[in-house]
Amino acid sequence: MPKGFKLYGLAGVAAVAGVATVALGLSIQTLMADPNNNELVVDGKKITTKVKPPKGSPFDTLYSGWRFRSKETQALQADDFENPGFPLVDLARELWLKVEGTAGKSCSSCHEDAAKSMKGVRTNMPKWNDAKGRPLTLEQHINLCRTERMGAKKWKWESNHMLGMTAFIGLQSRGMPVKVQTNGKMKPWWKRGKDLYYTRVGQLDMSCAGCHEDNAGKMIRADHLSQGNINGFPTYRFKWQKMGSVHRRFKGCMKNIRAKPYKRGSDEFVALEIYVASRGQGLSVETPAVRN
Amino acid sequence: MELTKRELLLLGSGAIATMAVGLPTASAFAASAEVEKQIAAFAGGAKIGSGKVSLTAPEIAENGNTVPISVDVESPMTKADYVKSVMLLATGNPAPGVATFHFSPMSGQASATTRIRLAKTQEVIAVAKMSNGSVFMDKKVVKVTIGGCGG
Amino acid sequence: MAKPRVKVPRTASKDEVITIKTLISHKMESGQRKDRKTGKKIPRKIINKFTVTFNGVQVFATEIQPGVSANPFLQFNIKVPESGEFEFIWVDDDGSIYKTKKSIKVTG
Repeated sequence: MPKGFKLYGLAGVAAVAGVATVALGLSIQTLMADPNNNELVVDGKKITTKVKPPKGSPFDTLYSGWRFRSKETQALQADDFENPGFPLVDLARELWLKVEGTAGKSCSSCHEDAAKSMKGVRTNMPKWNDAKGRPLTLEQHINLCRTERMGAKKWKWESNHMLGMTAFIGLQSRGMPVKVQTNGKMKPWWKRGKDLYYTRVGQLDMSCAGCHEDNAGKMIRADHLSQGNINGFPTYRFKWQKMGSVHRRFKGCMKNIRAKPYKRGSDEFVALEIYVASRGQGLSVETPAVRN
Repeated sequence: MELTKRELLLLGSGAIATMAVGLPTASAFAASAEVEKQIAAFAGGAKIGSGKVSLTAPEIAENGNTVPISVDVESPMTKADYVKSVMLLATGNPAPGVATFHFSPMSGQASATTRIRLAKTQEVIAVAKMSNGSVFMDKKVVKVTIGGCGG
Repeated sequence: MAKPRVKVPRTASKDEVITIKTLISHKMESGQRKDRKTGKKIPRKIINKFTVTFNGVQVFATEIQPGVSANPFLQFNIKVPESGEFEFIWVDDDGSIYKTKKSIKVTG
């Protein structure tokens, strides 16, 4: 038998093994890529994590980021004690009752029981404010109340106080569908957000859509790409080992693609938040969510 | 006979796919000297048996900095016969010691759950010491994925 | 620093084995991380011990090392012999002690 034939035989076996391993690798990748079919039930209440998308959506189905996480991560959100976001919610419960500022008031002085007064508030954030002639995020609403009505100091965007309070208020809308306004006065801001979403930026020349629309469900190295919905913010992220805001997340993404990030509370991020929230219209508010 | 370009490509990508899946081999998790030392010190000369201890860990950890882990040890948990301590070791971490649980007959059940940090794919070990000095062990390999686009 | 959280059932039957969950907010600085600007290692600062007593007697404890995640979560069991009070104690490397108490009533 000629030498060449033997070599070919070995290569042939190796090639087959190679194909088999590639096939295995690819099939594992596909298995991990689909959002899983688990249902989120928190303290007996079912939370909608899969809905029919709003008109104009590029997706057939909208999935919450919860669906893209491993079952162990999902379990951490299904129990309010296991959920590591709750210590800050507890802090906010206390802050709600704390008198601060020159007006001698606490949040509860005007808003009384948060479960009643704050119900639904998170579902349509950012929201148009006539007095300011622009939309405001939940953080901006809180600081507006603090400075103009309580005569108290602003809270920093990423402070424990602000994270806790936005989580506590968000919690009062948990289970309710996201319903941000995108027409009328909001339209130019929504449109600006949409432009930002689709514009490539940074040294890596990528856009939000490049990952979260074109490749949602696929693996980017070891991360499972979601559709980029923000219905769970503020969210406890393992990567941060603490709760974080939407704008922090936006900033992180921009840094990853080596773009100069916008600032928290900037017009760009407010516009982007409106647009991204609208892409998740119909999903339940999950605040405070647990993510990777 | 030369390998065709296609065959070379398949061989190469096969190797990459195997690396990506990260199939562990037994030799990859040979316990280090430090781990052996800590187990020996904990066991206090007793022979290490298998069984009785059950370590629960995810097959793949979504994020190595928060990995939920549970340990359960079979025992009547009476004053005469109970689990004294269970030591958790992360064999691939820069420092393998993670936590040591101390039970008592009042525990009722020798179970504990916590969340641990794993620096990379590795074997996690739980060693249990009984009130009569006997020692048992369980181990699990946890795959830790590194690299992504986290923001 | 957020308060520790503890979940203990309010009542139990005699000798029932209950599950207790605890969580404390803490960065658990491992001592492995380096300061990006100075290049020096950030010193270790973790919760290193967790102890539970029931009516003054230690029933469960954990020695904790940097391998435990931030915001340490601990779940364990206790067989409740009678009504009484649990005390939960966390000790920080810097000597700070965090405590909280929970009562339980044994019915029937």
